[in-house]
Amino acid sequence: MAVPILKQGEVLIASIQAALTDTDVIRLQEDIMEQVGRFRSRGIVVDVTALDVMDSFVSRSLRSIAHMARLRGAETVLVGIQPEVAFAMVQLGMSMEDVNTALDLEEGMAFLQERAKEREPREG
Amino acid sequence: MRDELRVAIESDADVVSARREARALAAELNFTSTDVTLLATAISEVARNITTYAGEGEIVLSVVHRDDRAGIRVEARDEGPGIRDVERAMEDGYSTGTGMGLGLPGARRLTDEFSIDSRPGRGTTVVMVKWGRPA
Repeated sequence: MAVPILKQGEVLIASIQAALTDTDVIRLQEDIMEQVGRFRSRGIVVDVTALDVMDSFVSRSLRSIAHMARLRGAETVLVGIQPEVAFAMVQLGMSMEDVNTALDLEEGMAFLQERAKEREPREG
Repeated sequence: MRDELRVAIESDADVVSARREARALAAELNFTSTDVTLLATAISEVARNITTYAGEGEIVLSVVHRDDRAGIRVEARDEGPGIRDVERAMEDGYSTGTGMGLGLPGARRLTDEFSIDSRPGRGTTVVMVKWGRPA
């Protein structure tokens, strides 16, 4: 099932609705990369609230999205990791140290706004 | 309650199915939501190893009992190329594929019991058990 991606100003919001197959994850990567270019997005929120499992493949793929987006000038924040899922990721040994995370969509949007403010003086 | 549940693993959609079946099974037992998630994550790792390295195989889920506890036993087997160096495959960060090498060692950390039997050319069988809370 494809993940819907909403555009809100300079931010793309990818809201994962159900468990992802590997094919879905790869498609999400491609869709986000394409839309970052098309909409000149500066921020991406990936909402994983609906994911009941984040195994090594999904975690690595989401981390890749963040790295690829950064190369294209957009900052990614991962929101909504469930407490049980966080526990499992740590046990698994999956580190997401280099990926921005926030509790929920609201916090994620606030984080990206802060980042956008930091950017302004240099651009002005 | 069903004694044994077989899930054929042939595509990435089957990885999700195997997790879903394990969740349904755990719902009938005394499992915390954290334990269910740990088990589902471990199943995801071993199921993906099947699709990645062997192409196809199966996962057999069964309910096991010990004293006053019930658990879920997961047997993941394939007749793929097997693992040349099982000891190394159990080390974090070792992978002969494109993964991160967290699958097997991670699955071992996520479950209560873990064993692996693999021979080159003969396939691989992983057995894991996750125990629920005492009744």
